[in-house]
Amino acid sequence: MSRNPYVRPVSTTTWYMRNGRYRVYVLHELTSFLVMFYSFLTIFALSALAGSAERWDAFLASQQSTAMLVFHTLALLYFMFFQTFPWFKLAPKAMPVRVGERKLPESYIIIGHYVAWAVISIFIFWLAGVV
Amino acid sequence: MSTQIRDIELEVMRYDPEKDKAPWFQSYTVPCNEDWVILDAINYVKDNLDTTLAYRWSCHMMVCGSCGMMVNGEPVLTCKTFVRELPDKVRIEPLENFPIERDLVVVLDDVMQKLHKVQPYIIRKDDPPAEDQEYIQSRGKLAIFKQLTMCINCMCCYAACPQYSLNKDFIGPAALALAHRYNRDSRDQGKSDRLDILADHDGVWECSFVGACSEVCPKHVDPAAAIQQMKIDGAMEFWKQKMGIPGGKS
Repeated sequence: MSRNPYVRPVSTTTWYMRNGRYRVYVLHELTSFLVMFYSFLTIFALSALAGSAERWDAFLASQQSTAMLVFHTLALLYFMFFQTFPWFKLAPKAMPVRVGERKLPESYIIIGHYVAWAVISIFIFWLAGVV
Repeated sequence: MSTQIRDIELEVMRYDPEKDKAPWFQSYTVPCNEDWVILDAINYVKDNLDTTLAYRWSCHMMVCGSCGMMVNGEPVLTCKTFVRELPDKVRIEPLENFPIERDLVVVLDDVMQKLHKVQPYIIRKDDPPAEDQEYIQSRGKLAIFKQLTMCINCMCCYAACPQYSLNKDFIGPAALALAHRYNRDSRDQGKSDRLDILADHDGVWECSFVGACSEVCPKHVDPAAAIQQMKIDGAMEFWKQKMGIPGGKS
């Protein structure tokens, strides 16, 4: 009897359509486009700031249009649902904390992340003069 | 015990290496008892309908890890997958991401080599204990890695892993979890020996944390978590070496 193993082909371009789990993963990964967009936006903002007062004011005004406000809100929600919530949920698995020989309850680590998120957000709002 | 019988249509992938160019599907109608598992239905086919069907199984109780197959696209142990949870039509394929030897039997040589490669045994740098003594370990130290010892090498995690499907050099979930099991064992001193393989680009960094391995693991080993912990360990080790801090065991 001869061996002749069959290798099933895998599509390198459509593999993520195979099941729901992979599709959700790709939705996570798509946030990289938003990261790219915000990287360029930051460079653009810095160049405006370095340029002149008029350019900086124009930049600020452009970000306050209805379309941009809607875009920023949607982007924030997308980040929250595909990065913040899932990663905070997984944090205690990737970084289990032990005190002596006992494991710290997972909920402490998750709540710690949300508290840190709130504190940092309030600090940024304070820095921006919102609160 | 329930005696309710339901006809299930099993669509089974067949492949005869001596005759077939590619796999094909054969349907069998199996009168299933509702408290059967899929493995019982496959055994029914073998015993009553078609003796030529090839598949692996042994214990029928989630211990041996040999009956892993794709059931309706999900990698599962067929001894743990109940007929009552499935529709009237069930598709059974050999585990994804592995070459098919024959019918539902896959070639596991690649992962066997990988399991061996991570040095899954206790490595000691110190002198071994005296003849009448043992390596002592507290319950707390055991609890750190006990979950990782539950792996039965069913390879469902490899079938679920899209990274492994795209890059066969990736060491993959079960072997990495096994390495982590020894790294986290207080009796082991071989962490630095395993580092070269684990920190290589086909090691932990090839994992992009899809998490599918942990979701399908029938023994709740959670290889995805183990791999993320190893990334942190690996990064710490890298900086320790960069900064000239002697790499002690954590």
